[in-house]
Amino acid sequence: MSFDLWVLLVEQGWGLALLRGATVTLAVGLLGMLAGIIVAVPLALLRWRRLPILSQAVDSYSILVRGVPGLLVIYLLFFGSIEWVQRLATAFGYQNSADDAYPFLIGVVAIAAISCAYSIEVFRGALEAVPVGLLEAAKSLALPSYVTFFRVTLPIALRLALGGLNNVWQMTIKDTSLVSVVGMQELMRSAAIAAGITRSPLLFYCAAAGMFFVLTAVSQTLFSRTERLCNRGFSRG
Amino acid sequence: MELDLVTYAVPFLLVGAKTTLLISVFGIALGLPFGIALAVIRTSKNRILSRSADIYCAVFRGTPMLVQIFVLYYGLGQLSIIRNNPVIWWIVGDSLHAAILAVILNTGAYTAEIFRTALLSLPRGLIEASQACGLSVWATFRHVKFPLAVRQALPAYSSEVAIIVKESSLASTITVLEITGYAKRLMSETFAIMDIFIITSAFYLMMNVISLTSLKLIERKLSFGK
Repeated sequence: MSFDLWVLLVEQGWGLALLRGATVTLAVGLLGMLAGIIVAVPLALLRWRRLPILSQAVDSYSILVRGVPGLLVIYLLFFGSIEWVQRLATAFGYQNSADDAYPFLIGVVAIAAISCAYSIEVFRGALEAVPVGLLEAAKSLALPSYVTFFRVTLPIALRLALGGLNNVWQMTIKDTSLVSVVGMQELMRSAAIAAGITRSPLLFYCAAAGMFFVLTAVSQTLFSRTERLCNRGFSRG
Repeated sequence: MELDLVTYAVPFLLVGAKTTLLISVFGIALGLPFGIALAVIRTSKNRILSRSADIYCAVFRGTPMLVQIFVLYYGLGQLSIIRNNPVIWWIVGDSLHAAILAVILNTGAYTAEIFRTALLSLPRGLIEASQACGLSVWATFRHVKFPLAVRQALPAYSSEVAIIVKESSLASTITVLEITGYAKRLMSETFAIMDIFIITSAFYLMMNVISLTSLKLIERKLSFGK
């Protein structure tokens, strides 16, 4: 059995394929999370300021995406865009490169759309949790509103948001596995291909599970360390 | 056109909704006691038992549910011990049963986390008081710890219920046709991607609203007279 393992993973190179898949998973997760956060911050600000109409629109987006399965969002984005992307690519003569890059791109967009919805809630909660007294103190010092925002509200809110962002990231990295159903070559897909060809699904799916576990465990440790760093000098409360 | 599509899609999705409900109801009915049992084991004094329950929860919370479903459905079938055992094969060999099992195992780990924090947050004095009254371990749990922990855990558990409904969509990856499975089929059949998405998400949002409000009602009922 252990001999089989060596042949499968090393001599036939499936271990390497899984590792390559894991890097794609990590890349999609990171890019998606980053794009999600970049979009989520201004949307959370809109929501926090309770701008009419816009904040309702942000709310309904976040409720919709958080309420439906990630798989459905991925189907919508993938099937919904494939036609015009292909038309666009053919028009500009990039047919081949579009076929290659397309699942990756849509994967990132889908993951970003999902993680963005959760990040909005995290940032909104963090902004609302900034103590009113601090803002009043800033006002009494006659700080202009943008100084108050950048020097008082934002640093505190970001620190408060860190715990929630950790949860979103854990969810996001696990959600990347869903993109495999539309054919992106990430960890899950590599495992499925390896399982299909070598006819040993148990080994490869367990290996994929192990790699996911390592990814989540390592990032969990990193996050807790960052959180501890950011909370230095603040009483634990 | 629009109305035609709705009258065409809704019957399919209703059939799918039955499967989604089936998976979710089993996931809640069996996953909740399983999760509570895990939480009790994790807070118990037996080192080996609580360690292994900890590891179980870490593994199931640290890996995507898609992987768990695939290991259960595709992976375990590889072992001849499992194929030859009729009871296990009845569970793992059928895609619907495997999906339900995956949901139960997965939600159990999350539920255990919720109830563990609830159990740990109970005031020590109450437990010491019940011990001083000579209540057995079981009676302490049944009459003191559990009623208090449930009230603590219910708000977090209600979002777990919403997650169960969403996670049941992964059953479609192992050929179980539930709402998402039918939605995918309808999307590739009618090409009305956006319309199907809207109709399908209405189904999910409706289920979420129903489950969240019913849990709110239970919460209110339990906290009555507090």
